[in-house]
Amino acid sequence: MLEFIQGYYAYIFLATAFTIGLYGMMVKQNLMKKVLGMSIVAATTIMFWIVGAYKEGAGVTVLDPRYGVENPEMYLNPLPHTLMLTAIVVAVVTLGVALALLIGIYREYKTLDEPTLLERMK
Amino acid sequence: MISSQSPILIPMTFLFAAMLIPLVGAVNRAAAHLAAVLGSALALYFSVIGMQTTLAQGRISYHIAGWMPPIGIEFVLDPLSAFVCTLLCGVTFIVMVFGKRSVEYEIPQKEIAFYSLSMLLLGGLAGMVMTGDLFNLYVYLEIAALAGYALVAIGDKRAVVSAFRYLVMGTVGATFYLLGVALIFISTGTLNMADIAQLMPLVHDSPAVIVGLVLIVLGTALKMALFPMHAWLPDAYTHASTTATALIAPIGTKVSAYVLFRVLFFVVDPDHLRTEMLNLLQIIGYLGAAGIIWGSIMAICQSELKRMLAYSSVAQVGYIAVGIALASPLGFIGAILHALNHAVMKCCLFLVSGNMRLRLGHSSIPLMTNGLRKSMPWTSAAFTLAAISMIGLPPTAGFFGKWYLALGAIEQSHWIFLTALLISTILNVAYFFRVMERMYLKPQDPGGVDYSEQTIARSEAPASMLIPTLFLAISLLVLGFANAWIVTNLIVPMIPGWL
Repeated sequence: MLEFIQGYYAYIFLATAFTIGLYGMMVKQNLMKKVLGMSIVAATTIMFWIVGAYKEGAGVTVLDPRYGVENPEMYLNPLPHTLMLTAIVVAVVTLGVALALLIGIYREYKTLDEPTLLERMK
Repeated sequence: MISSQSPILIPMTFLFAAMLIPLVGAVNRAAAHLAAVLGSALALYFSVIGMQTTLAQGRISYHIAGWMPPIGIEFVLDPLSAFVCTLLCGVTFIVMVFGKRSVEYEIPQKEIAFYSLSMLLLGGLAGMVMTGDLFNLYVYLEIAALAGYALVAIGDKRAVVSAFRYLVMGTVGATFYLLGVALIFISTGTLNMADIAQLMPLVHDSPAVIVGLVLIVLGTALKMALFPMHAWLPDAYTHASTTATALIAPIGTKVSAYVLFRVLFFVVDPDHLRTEMLNLLQIIGYLGAAGIIWGSIMAICQSELKRMLAYSSVAQVGYIAVGIALASPLGFIGAILHALNHAVMKCCLFLVSGNMRLRLGHSSIPLMTNGLRKSMPWTSAAFTLAAISMIGLPPTAGFFGKWYLALGAIEQSHWIFLTALLISTILNVAYFFRVMERMYLKPQDPGGVDYSEQTIARSEAPASMLIPTLFLAISLLVLGFANAWIVTNLIVPMIPGWL
């Protein structure tokens, strides 16, 4: 059990946070809390990529003549980080659209609580 | 020249049109619609040229900014993506022509936003179809999804709530997909689909790859509204404006199904798919079969035409899932042919509901009477033809898709799939004949106002709406008669060699 956890702390933390986010999206009655859960899920996914790209002691991203090709452990794949910049933008835009929709819902029904909302939609 | 550039030209045409429409619309409102029609016509032209070239010379690959794959992003036009792309552009062109009057009537003052967003949606969908890169696919998926949420939100009073639900579910789907891509990237170190396919045999035992594939399938299934992940779809389709539904319903879920095709048949190692992944395929198939039955039963219970059609969409996605699960040439042909037929039929039916909304002000089934037949004869005829095709009576197109699926199910002795297909045909009869019976036979309320022959004015929908509807209805017959040609010339070349 201990070997299973050791060295994977970050992944276990991310899996927990992902589950919490999913739980919030599915179970919480308040629409704002659903958006919060959505945000947690998106952030965890981005963190997952970043953690996956982490390498102890590496810091060089492109071929550097000072280090040459003899030391591959010095090099780090920069691709996940750059990809995640795009993913962050997507997450922010999704959040923006979600908040805009919440404003629309609140203006129409004066509530963000799901049971009350369902009551008022009838 | 155009043919070698067509993979990039199609999404870019849509994206460019999406940017251009607000500018044009600021000068002249009416020009926004024209720009949308022209944009989709141009994209259709490019995709037809691309398809011709692909069929004649094989795969076209476009490397963005000249970076060679697997480092750079690759846009690929092969028989499968060319076919799906032509379908997308064709449906869009027809819906855009139809849209003018319907949009003016249902969502006044919001035309410019509507046209711009629909072009953005199509840009995203076309990019998803074209791209050969898993992460690029995610970006296009989100472009399409965000435009889709906004399109769904422009509708009646409840549209905002259903758009919010759609957004929550869609984001979960996209996140699962991204997580799956992360696991595959960690294991293979590349994002290019062709490159992953080559590396797959080396890593297919790794739990990370298996979990990654399951997450990708799960995310895509959420997006394609596979039962039981379909809950967002009926609300979203019902409350959006008819033109938006007619645009999203035929192609939105199909493109997600296409992603499933792409990943399962072109990225996953074939031997692996036949052995260890078989369980996953079976689950997709059983969920599809359950969706066929459940969607059809729910469709029978609905009293609103658009909602009924939305549940029927859930059932039709099930057919495609069953075709994927069969993992045989017949299943492949059946699923692709059904995707084509269903796009045309469902588009036609939603256009009919738009015509009804324009002329009657509603599309509620209990309120329909045989006055409809007298006042809107052509619309009713188009509905009947599309309904017959949905049920799957030869020689309409709908029959042939189901026929290939049924043959595929018999070939592999999948009796559950076959039973689901047959039961759903009967259920289809039940829910479409219910509407047709009212439309043609139910006399008007004798106690109410006197609707004798004289008082019913013929108020057929305007030509700009009627012609697209009839065109789609007639093309169902054409597709039915031409199905042998379509299968031999268009669908057989796209089946991967190992299948």
